Amino acid sequence: MAQKSAQRSAPARVKAEKRSEFSGMSRALVRRETISAYLFLLPSLIFFVGFVLVPMGICLVYSFLKMGIAGVDGFAGFDNYIRMFQDKVFIKGFWNTVLIVVVSVPAVTAFSLWVGSAIYPMRAGLRSFFRCVFYMPVVTGTVAVTVVWKWMFSPYNGLINQITGNIGFDWLGNSKTAIWCIILILFTTTIGQPIVLYVAALGNVDQSLVEAAQVDGATKLQVFWKIKWPQIMPTTLYVLVITTINSFQCFALIQLLTRGGPNYATSTIMYYIFDMAYNYQDFGYANAMGVVLAIVIAIFSALQFKLAKTDD
Amino acid sequence: MNNKAMGQSLGYRIFAIIILILLAVFFFFPLYWIITGSFKDAITINARQPQWFPLAPTLDNYVKLFKQPAIQWLINTIIMAVGAMALTCLTASLAGYALAKKRFYGKKVLFTLLVCAMALPKQVIVIPLLQEMSVLNLNNSLLAVILPTVGWPFGVFLMKQFSETIPTELMEAARVDGAGELRTFFSVILPIIKPGIGALAIFTFVNSWNDYFLQLIMLQEKAVFTISLGIARLQGEVSSDFGLIMAGAAVAAIPIVVVFLAFQKYFTQGITMGAVKG
Repeated sequence: MAQKSAQRSAPARVKAEKRSEFSGMSRALVRRETISAYLFLLPSLIFFVGFVLVPMGICLVYSFLKMGIAGVDGFAGFDNYIRMFQDKVFIKGFWNTVLIVVVSVPAVTAFSLWVGSAIYPMRAGLRSFFRCVFYMPVVTGTVAVTVVWKWMFSPYNGLINQITGNIGFDWLGNSKTAIWCIILILFTTTIGQPIVLYVAALGNVDQSLVEAAQVDGATKLQVFWKIKWPQIMPTTLYVLVITTINSFQCFALIQLLTRGGPNYATSTIMYYIFDMAYNYQDFGYANAMGVVLAIVIAIFSALQFKLAKTDD
Repeated sequence: MNNKAMGQSLGYRIFAIIILILLAVFFFFPLYWIITGSFKDAITINARQPQWFPLAPTLDNYVKLFKQPAIQWLINTIIMAVGAMALTCLTASLAGYALAKKRFYGKKVLFTLLVCAMALPKQVIVIPLLQEMSVLNLNNSLLAVILPTVGWPFGVFLMKQFSETIPTELMEAARVDGAGELRTFFSVILPIIKPGIGALAIFTFVNSWNDYFLQLIMLQEKAVFTISLGIARLQGEVSSDFGLIMAGAAVAAIPIVVVFLAFQKYFTQGITMGAVKG
């Protein structure tokens, strides 16, 4: 949707900018520059158009088609979209996804901000040590991290039950605890990047302002909320958006740990899309859910921008 | 320094340090448990009491692992990650330079399009990508994983940010000296944006190594498996043999952790550069 509006307003904008952007350039020069710029862009654009824009188009087109194991089976209109609202598994997955997002986005953001501001004033060596440690689960890789957690959560030979004396309790097989286990693991694998971002952002805060406030007798907390917080706002926005996108797309953990079970207790939209496409070959329905997921993520991201902007 | 001297009360600082250390242990622990677990025998693994350190280390798990085509999986993963890295760096540095330093028709529109595409969820396009790849007959080939990774606009965005720092006079000087466009790029621009390319290279390498979802969808035959897929498959087949699974996880994780630690500085730079929206 955002693309459409960008295209619509583009000609007017280009015309207005022609004067300023191309000032001091002859027509022939502009033409020559344009040709050479596109030659530089060409290799990259081939990949971008071929493997990002085209699949987006396919996603949209297929979402309106009726599809089965044999392939395309006619035009479906909005059937695939209507079907979602009647599909209990989809609705269950939708609420699970919302739960994951609503819990993990604030947790990851607040926590990474705290860790970032705790390690930022440290000596460079110590700071990069901590940054590395918190990034370790990301680098180790989803699959490796997930399989070790599966072992730690397992009922009899898992570390968690052995420590807590809960031998036999099946964390991942219980419909109440399974999703919280997933949220916990997701938390450890998404925290690394926000911490790196916050450490960098805090390093860019205008020190003269901080010092001036301290001279005026501001407390540590006042300095943080009145001076640092507004300045790191762009980073907070970025962190909110990437964490939201990551949480909405939570998939690997679920596929490897619970396969959406027990009784769909951990099924998310992303997992259900995979299930539909991969196991049922229903690409029409899967792509329609993909479109809806993309729209929901876009709305969430836009909302966060709005909320954060009115905050300061 | 100043910050520290003026800093929080001593009590808070001690509290913060203790929490940080506890958290560090918690975050590092899974990797420790993978590595130590991979050297434990079946009896130790299945015991009711945890053994914090393998007292009788064994290589059995690795022997079993390499009876699987684990070496092949590792080679596939390296080919995939290096391929994606090289292609991304080449295309993105050319495109990023043009977007940052050239004045041309359609620049704003193109840039907006790239940023919008980046905000969309990457995983959603993986299912339609599968359909595209089967039309192109690239199913079950490493190219099906490499090509979409190169297409993702993050690299172009990162290199654009980096290329903004090139002084325009330098390009003009090269032009006055009669250097052509390509010559200017390779002998004048490239040396300046080298650190940016380093950041992008390590970033792409690590991310593509760990992009499980894309690999899962695109590669179904055991011969083209990556190490991540291999372990996932093992986990499905022998779900209780945690020793073997940990050996697989160690083989998948250790190379990438070593690469990360070696190029950590570039990596951090890549993350922060990509975030500063232009």
